[in-house]
Order: sequence, then structure tokens, then C-alpha cells
Amino acid sequence: MNIIEIRNLHKVYNTTHVPVYALNGIHLIFKEGEFAAIVGPSGSGKTTLLNIMGGLDEPTQGSVTVAGTDIFSLGQRRLIDFRLQHIGFVFQAYNLIPVMTAGENVEFIMHLQGRPRAERITRTRELLTSVGLADRINDRPNKLSGGQQQRVAVARALASKPRFILADEPTANLDSRSTENLLDIMEQLNIGEHITFIFSTHDPRVVRKARRVITIEDGKVSQDQEKSSGS
Amino acid sequence: MIWSIAWRNVWRNRLRSSVVVVAVTLGLLAGVFTTAFMRGLSEKRIQDAIRTEISHIQIHMPGFSDNTDFSMFIPAASGLADTLNGIDVIAAATRRIVINSMIASAETGTGVMITGVDPGQEMRVTNIHEKITEGEYFRDYRSNPPVVIGEKLAHKLHTGTDRKVVITVTDIHGNTVQGAFKVAGIYRTDNAGFDERNVFVRFADLAGMTGFHPSGAHEIAVRLHETQETDRAVGMLRELRPDLEVLPWQETSPELGYLTSAMDQYMYIFVMIILLALCFGIINTMLMAVLERVKELGMLMAIGMNRIKIFFMIMLESVFLSLTGGILGIVAGYLISKYYQYHDIHLPVQWVEGFREIGYSATVNTITDLPMVFIIALMVIITGVVSSLFPAYKALRLNPADAIRTDN
Repeated sequence: MNIIEIRNLHKVYNTTHVPVYALNGIHLIFKEGEFAAIVGPSGSGKTTLLNIMGGLDEPTQGSVTVAGTDIFSLGQRRLIDFRLQHIGFVFQAYNLIPVMTAGENVEFIMHLQGRPRAERITRTRELLTSVGLADRINDRPNKLSGGQQQRVAVARALASKPRFILADEPTANLDSRSTENLLDIMEQLNIGEHITFIFSTHDPRVVRKARRVITIEDGKVSQDQEKSSGS
Repeated sequence: MIWSIAWRNVWRNRLRSSVVVVAVTLGLLAGVFTTAFMRGLSEKRIQDAIRTEISHIQIHMPGFSDNTDFSMFIPAASGLADTLNGIDVIAAATRRIVINSMIASAETGTGVMITGVDPGQEMRVTNIHEKITEGEYFRDYRSNPPVVIGEKLAHKLHTGTDRKVVITVTDIHGNTVQGAFKVAGIYRTDNAGFDERNVFVRFADLAGMTGFHPSGAHEIAVRLHETQETDRAVGMLRELRPDLEVLPWQETSPELGYLTSAMDQYMYIFVMIILLALCFGIINTMLMAVLERVKELGMLMAIGMNRIKIFFMIMLESVFLSLTGGILGIVAGYLISKYYQYHDIHLPVQWVEGFREIGYSATVNTITDLPMVFIIALMVIITGVVSSLFPAYKALRLNPADAIRTDN
């Protein structure tokens, strides 16, 4: 089942001197359960593409359809709600809320969704267990290592039960061990719970794990390679 | 959960928030205490004026206030005063003769208001007898009738107790008559102007001197058990004697009638100015708090926190910040004011005469009340909300995609 359909996507940034063409006609389809990496040199348009897929930025031309909904046909308020209900984000710099504990960071997104407190507490515990941090539920982010913080961020992204998770350079700030650990967890979630992950990355370790690698150069897809798991 | 996050966000930068909280605390402490002080000052002025100068209610012939002619007297006033003394809300009533006159000592003279009183009954209505600083509140001299004058007038006339003064009045026939009186007592109230203008003699002495009808009166002064009963008592008396002019203290002295409400309004304006000044400090702090959390706010928008909730969270932070200092300031101001409600505040000695010149006591007890505290607390909350508008506006203008990639 197609979960994301990207058609003829263009993005032009109008700077003061010359327009910058970040995306030049991207066509992509992602199916449910994919574990895909978008790679390419700096400035190739990876992050722009991820932002537009997540509804954080608007395309100059083209459409993004998520589970049958053209997300840019939604108004601003409905788009925010759509993100809340259907899209999970993992950021390069973790972006946890420092005044909240690990558990509260995970729980907060469910609070925004209006889920009952009992359900929130149960799911928070389950998610932190699944990323191996059940014992750190009451710790604030400054008590956690970078890898642990990113695992909390993954648990937070999963908390809203999204259709897919967009992860922008999730391993860029992590050491090798933390990276391997994080990737193993995400792979287990992908295989075990059929959660779709789409990464933008420079990291060869992520590329190795990915089952599909999309290469972007000068705002265009230059290569789209499917491979068998772990190859 | 947003409430909890907002509260914790306030304390992210403890030093910065504490500075604002201390500023709000001190501002509100000053505001509440000053308000209570000014209210105490004005209430003391009102009670002093009622007790010493004008009483709760004055009864005259209609038009007497504009024309203090002998013809404007209340016939059979002694009977009316007796009737009034039998009414439950009335503590005491007394009749008076009130004439503009001249008083002169051996050295100089001046115009004054001379009031003929029945000392025994007058003592039940006003408290001039408690204000005697020298001599007595009337005493019999063998040679001359007694007069009680104010301290400032005594200084002006260069006279003292047991010394003679000459009072010149117009009698009922329009003739100028003079009488020599001996100063039996000198009083000092908190109103130097009153002390300079008012002279008291015995009713019978003034009536004899002017030929005034012994059972009549220009004025019947009424003291009530409770000031709050004034309106009810005025209603009763107007019903009892519709032919007479019955004036409550607010009409006898309109400036006193408006004093409390005017003072309250001044003080609310004063508190508003304090809060306005604090508002800029809060805006500055909140703006810093927003600008150093751009990345985090971008993340919250990205994961689906809508703009109303972002606005609400920032507004809550601002309200918490102002309310923390506000509550501390209000409670501290209230407690200090409460203490001085039962303990006198003595203004500096050099202020005493200045205050007396404008009729105010230099000894003040604060007056606090809960409605005032609630209104000020409400003003603090409004300040918090208003202070949050600009920082929240800045936050709402953030583009989540850009915000996530900033360094803050």
C-alpha cells in the first residue's frame, strides 16, 4: 500500500539575488513498512524534501499525498493536526524538552492528541521499554547521553502512532555504538511492528541498514535502489 | 500538562526569572501598602471630620447653608433634639447657634465662626473636649462667660487661657453687640484650618448676647452609632421633618464624600503605573525566553502543537511569572498593612504641621480589604496576559522548518 506519493515536486527559494532551485521535479512513492534512506551531498535537497514530506515547508509546485490526502490542500490548522495524527519526526539534535522527563517528553504528544491519561502512561512505559530506556523514565534529558536522548526522541515520534517517521540525520550527533544501537532499535520496530522509517542521512551505517536508498543530486532523484534487508 | 510545562519553563533561568519576580513583588508590595495607607489616611480624615467638625447629620432650615441669617432658625429645636435623642440609630443630638463674627484680643482680631453649644450635650456629639491641650472645656468665671478657641487662633491672637477676648456679633435686630469672654480652653485638632476658624461659647451666653430664642437653634448636629447608618437615618429624619433640610456628612462636606472613592481611583491608577513599568520587564524576560527556545518551539510546532496551544503556553508562562511576584507582593503588602491596621504609623515630625494644615492626621492606621486585594491580583493577571502578547506573537511567526535548524 502506498503511504506517500510525491509528484513533480519543485521548491525554489527566492533569495535576494538569484533564485535557488532546491528541488527540481521529484517523483517518489513510499510503501507502508519501508526502511528508506535519502542520501546525497550537502545542499542536494534532502532536508528540503523531508520538510515538505512532513508538511513543515510548502512546495513551489507539485503535491505530496499521504495515505490518500493531499497534505497541502489542507489549511494550516488542519495540516498541523494532520502532522500530529499521522507523521512522526526525529531530529538531528534530538530536540527534547529539557524541563520534562523522558517519560513526559514521550507522553506529551499523546496529550496533544487528547488521549486519556491512563493510555498515555501505559504507552509511554511500553515505548521507553522498546527503546531500552524503561529505567530512565523519570530522568530529564540532561541526565541522558546523546544516544539515549535520540532513543527517547524515537519513542516520542512513535507515541502518536504515526503512519511513518521522518528522521533528519538522526545519527549525525551520535558515536558508533549509539548509532548501531539506535539503528537496531529502529530496524526492530520496522520489522516487528511494520513502522515506516524514512531517513535523510550522510551516515554510511544508516545507508547499510536501509532497504531502499534514494540518492538526490541537484534537487533530482539520481538513483533509487531497493535492496534486500541488511545487504 | 501544558500548565506544568509552562511553570517549569518559568524556572529554566532561575536568576532571570527571580529578578523579575523580586521586581514584581516589591512593586506590588509598595502598591498594596500605599493603597492601604492612603485609604487609612482618607478614612481617618473622614472619621476625624465627622467626630470633630461636622457630625454625621446636620439639620437646618432650608437655605441656611447659603444664608446664615438669624431668621433661619429652627423653632422649638430643643423639643426636636429631645425627640432625636430617643431614636435608636442616633447616639446623640445637640442644637447650636452658628454665627459669623469677629474675635479680638488686646493685640489683634480676626473673623471666625462662633458656635453656641450646650457643653454637656455637645460632648456627646463631637469630641472637641478631648482635644483640649490647655485649660478646660468650659468653666465658670466670675467676671466673664467662657470661650473655647483653637490653638492656631490663640497663636494668631497672641492670647492664652484665662485671658480676655472680645467677640463682636450681630444681634437679632441687626445691631452690632460685643461681649468680653475669657479663654477657658484651647483645643488642637488635626485640622489647623478648623482650629483657626472655629470658636465655641455656651448656647445660653450667645443666646443672651444676641437675643436668640432660647428654645430655637440654627443647627441640630446628630451623631449616629454607626457611620454606615447615615443614609437610613437621613431617610428617617427627612420623613420626620420634611420641612427641614437634613444633610448627611457627604453633603455637608462634599469633598469628604468623594474622598474615599477618589483616593481609591488614584491608588488604582498608581498600581496600574507600577504594573505598566513592570510590564516592560516581563515582556523583556519573556522575549528572551522565547528567542532562546526557537528550536524547541519549532519542534513543538512540527510535532503538531497548534498555535493556540503555543500561545496559551507562553501566556501561561508570563502569567505565572507575574503572578508569582504578584502573589508574594500582595501577601507581603497585605500582611504589613494588616499589622499597621492595629499599630500606628507616626509620620515624621516635620510632616505633622504640613498635614495639619490640610486637615490630615500625622498618625495613620492602614485599611486593607479583600476586594481591593482581589482587584489588584486581577490587574496582575491582566498584566501577565498583556505582557505575553508580543513574545507570543514572535513565537507564532516562527516557521517550524527554519526554527528547527537554528542554533537556539
